[in-house]
Parts: sequence; structure tokens; C-alpha cells
Amino acid sequence: MDLKTTIIFLILCFVSILYLLPFIWMLSTALKSPAEAVSGELNIIPKEIVWQNFPYSLSVVPFMGYVGNSLIVAFFAVILTVFINCLAGYAFAKYHFKGRNLLFLLVLSTLMIPIHIIMVPNFFILKELGWINSYAGLIIPRAAEAFGLFLARQYMLSIPNELIEAARIDGAGEFKIFWKVVLPNVKPLIAVLIIFTFMWRWNDLIWPLIVVSDSSMYTVQLGLAIARGEHYIDWPILMSLTLMSIIPILIVFFIFQRYFVQGIVSSGMKG
Amino acid sequence: MSTLINWYQKNRIKIAPYLFISPNLILFFTFMIFPIIFTFYISFHNWAIIGDITFVGLENYVNVFKDVVFWTALGNTFYYTAGSVPISMILGLTGAVLLNRKIPLRSFFRGVFFAPVVVSLVATGLIWSWMFNPNYGLINYGLNAIGLTGLNWLSSTTWAMPAIIMTTIWVKTGYCLVIYLAGLQSIPDSIYEAAEIDGANSWKQFLYITLPLLKNTTVFVLVISVINGFMVFDLIYTMTNGGPGYSTTVLVQYIYQKAFVEGQMGYGSTVGTILFFIIMSFSAMMLWLGREQTS
Repeated sequence: MDLKTTIIFLILCFVSILYLLPFIWMLSTALKSPAEAVSGELNIIPKEIVWQNFPYSLSVVPFMGYVGNSLIVAFFAVILTVFINCLAGYAFAKYHFKGRNLLFLLVLSTLMIPIHIIMVPNFFILKELGWINSYAGLIIPRAAEAFGLFLARQYMLSIPNELIEAARIDGAGEFKIFWKVVLPNVKPLIAVLIIFTFMWRWNDLIWPLIVVSDSSMYTVQLGLAIARGEHYIDWPILMSLTLMSIIPILIVFFIFQRYFVQGIVSSGMKG
Repeated sequence: MSTLINWYQKNRIKIAPYLFISPNLILFFTFMIFPIIFTFYISFHNWAIIGDITFVGLENYVNVFKDVVFWTALGNTFYYTAGSVPISMILGLTGAVLLNRKIPLRSFFRGVFFAPVVVSLVATGLIWSWMFNPNYGLINYGLNAIGLTGLNWLSSTTWAMPAIIMTTIWVKTGYCLVIYLAGLQSIPDSIYEAAEIDGANSWKQFLYITLPLLKNTTVFVLVISVINGFMVFDLIYTMTNGGPGYSTTVLVQYIYQKAFVEGQMGYGSTVGTILFFIIMSFSAMMLWLGREQTS
């Protein structure tokens, strides 16, 4: 390493520590006794480590129920989203049909439309369907992701046509070709879609806020946001809940960091 | 029945794509396209979830334009966006330039800066609410340590929005960094080598090579960031819920407040429609500018 690289390396080390401080502070608070958290002293390492905060906070807030709801929503949303976006992406990439470009443009135009603006009609539609406070209401409406579709089509364009034609000559049906020939060839795409869909669903607040009013159906984010407003919940409890809420996504992130970066760069997904 | 199957067999290459896109299209039409049209429609009506929809023409629009809180929310939305976007972009670019070299722990650093992007905004909002706690928070502790007086961050009409902007910068910098890093990696080294031979120093290389070549990346990051800025909700909902007073009330949260808390669906939809046109005109303008520069 030359001098310049060494200096830059040291700067990056320092800035990284600063950048991680909020996380460290969260962890530190989650392990403090309520008294120490508001003692006015600053101890990054708590005087006494209170592991008890975790089971205690789970008894104060029915957090595991929220985790269960979020996992159910994320799991089924991933399966549904990845499947229908790959299917549609494949059709838009590899078939010539009437209205293809127009339909694709129409779908792409919804990329720019924030879900927030159409909260009111969506609430009304959910009510009409009887999907308020239901898993169906949390999962199905947001399964059609314009980002996922855009990404899927981009990736499917690179599949060689000969591969598809050969399968047709062998007499395979259209869906069978998709299932047996196309999908096994787009594994990286599927990985990116799974990771992003999981992240979007796990982190989403506004949609559960519209769909759910019954506390037994709260997702993790909704439960956290509501817990923030409860006067009987102190900071160590809140921080231990927050910590538990971000562990799944951080694990997924550090294992699949490469795919995250790839997904962001190739689609410029919502930041 | 068998004739139908025969007909499908003959025409399946024509029919299959329609079947393949139908699940997606049904959902898009039901939950995106139709709701947009419906939002416009509701904005000309009064409607309180329960009860009838009554046509009121432009009344909602007139009321919105006379509504002081609406203008405050619009101003706050611009304040938030203008305060967070440029700084995130500059810091992101700086970080990307520093990381665009052979350096030990490179992917670890990238991971550190990117981690806040994957954490939910609710969790981020909670962590930073605690950081900004006036009595026991890390921020005031740090300010006191260097001899400054701590502030009542989130309960102060002056400082609540800057606190939310700082939180946003912490989140968005990593996003900008990752996209800029990809942009930098697409610039061939040979250009820099040629500049080196011509005697251009690092700063000149950055100014005359890196920046111009990153123009498209910049336009792209700017459009996405500004649109995201206009749509801020989760952070505000978690950290201040629009308070103190209306000092951090932003448009999306005002829509939510009006429609779902106060039950004025028509009024909420009117604000929604206005936000829709702001975002659309902004996107169109930015894309047009981007096109001008690249051609």
C-alpha cells in the first residue's frame, strides 16, 4: 500500500465506525437496564448486561406474532411475485404479440407512481373484496411489482432463442418451456427477485397501515411503529425490539450482498 | 371441447404470451391503474368512507389551495427533499471515489455504508429518535462533549426537520454510493492513464473526466432521489408524526392524516392528485433534461 491508499484506508475506517454508531448505540441500549439507559452516563458497554430485556420485551409486546405475520406475508409474496414477474417478463422479452410494447410501457409508467397517492381507492377496493385485515390483502395486491417485471424482462432478453426453439421442436408446450428451460437458466435473476421482494415486504409500512386495523394482524413494522407511541414502553425495550426486527434483513443482506448491489445497479430500484 | 384444444394447439404461440402476462396485468389494473383514475374521480367528491359519495366539483381543490396546512406540507416536502438529496449525492459520490481503488476491506466498507439502505425506515426512525433524545441521546452527548449545548431536536419546531434530514442522509448516502461506484467502474482506466501522461492531477482528472462521464448516472440518481423525497412517509410517521405543530408535516403524511385519520377521503384524494402531478411534471422535466444532455 502506498501512502495515499493508507490515508484513504484510515479515513474509511474512521467514517465506518461513525456510520455504525447508531447500530452500536441500539445494541448497547438494548442490553442496558432501564435505569442505566436514562442515567445520563454514556456507556457504550453497559455496566451490567441485561439479556433479560429480550424475553421481557417479547412479553410486553406480542412481537413474535408480528414476526409470524411478516414471515407469512414475505414468504408467500416472494413465491407469488417471483413467479408472476418471471412469467410476464418472459412473455414481454421473447414473444411477439399485439399490444406488447403498449402494455409494457403502461406497466413501466406505474414505476413512477407512488403507492401513497392511491391509498384511498386501494382501501376502498380492499373493503369491497373483503380483504381488510387478511393475509390476502397484505400479499396479493402488491405482488405485481413493476421493478421486478422490468428486471425480469431485461434478464430474459439474454436467453438464446435457439434454446427455446429447440425445446419447441422437441414438442414441449409453452408453459413447460418456461418451467423446464427458461427458469433454470435465470437463477441469478430469481435470486435478486427473491431478495428484493423479501426486503420490500419485510420493511413495508404504508401498505399494512392501510390493510390492517386489527392488532392480531400487525406486521413487524406496524407493530414497531405503534409501540413507539405507547407510554409504558421504555427505550431499552424499544431498542431490543428494533434490533430483533432488523436481524433477519441484515443476515440476508450480508449473505447476499453481491446480489443486492447487482439488483440496485441494474434496475435503479427505489432507494 | 376438443376443437377448442385443437385451436389452442395451433395458435398457442399467439395465445400463450397473453396468458403469461394476465396475472400481472390483472393486478396492475386493479391496484394501480384503476386506483389512479379513481383518485381523480374521488377528488371531485366528498366522501367519508361510510355514507354516500357526493359530487362537489372543484370545491376540494379550492379548499386545498386555501388550506394553510397544505402549503406548509408542500413547503416542508420541498425543504426535506432539498435538504437531503444534494448532500446524500455529494457524500455518496465522495465515498464512491474513495472506494474505487484497490483497498483492503473494500466490500466490508461498501457493506457498512449500504447497510442502512436495507434496514426498514421504521427501525431507522426508532434508532435515530433515540439518538436525538434530548436528555440521554448520543447526539447531544457528543455536542456537550465538544462544549456545545444540546438541542431539543424532535420536540423543536426549528430542529425536528433538520434531524429527520440528517437521518435521511445517513440512509440514502449508501444508495447513492453504490450506484456511483457502478458508474465509476464503467469508466475505462485507459482514459485516466492518458490524462496522467498529459500531466493532469487527480483533481483535474476528477473534474474533466469523472464528473462529465457520470452525468447520466447523476441525472438518474437525482430523479429517483427527488421522487423518493417527495414520497417520504415512514420516517416522519415514526419520528415525529408531523409535529411539533405542523413543522414536519409532509404531503404524503397529510394525505394519510386527512383520509384515514379524519376520514375525509375526497380531500385526501385531492392532495394526492396534486402530488401526482408534481411528481409527474418533475419526472418529465428531469428526463427531458437528461435527454438534452446525452444527444
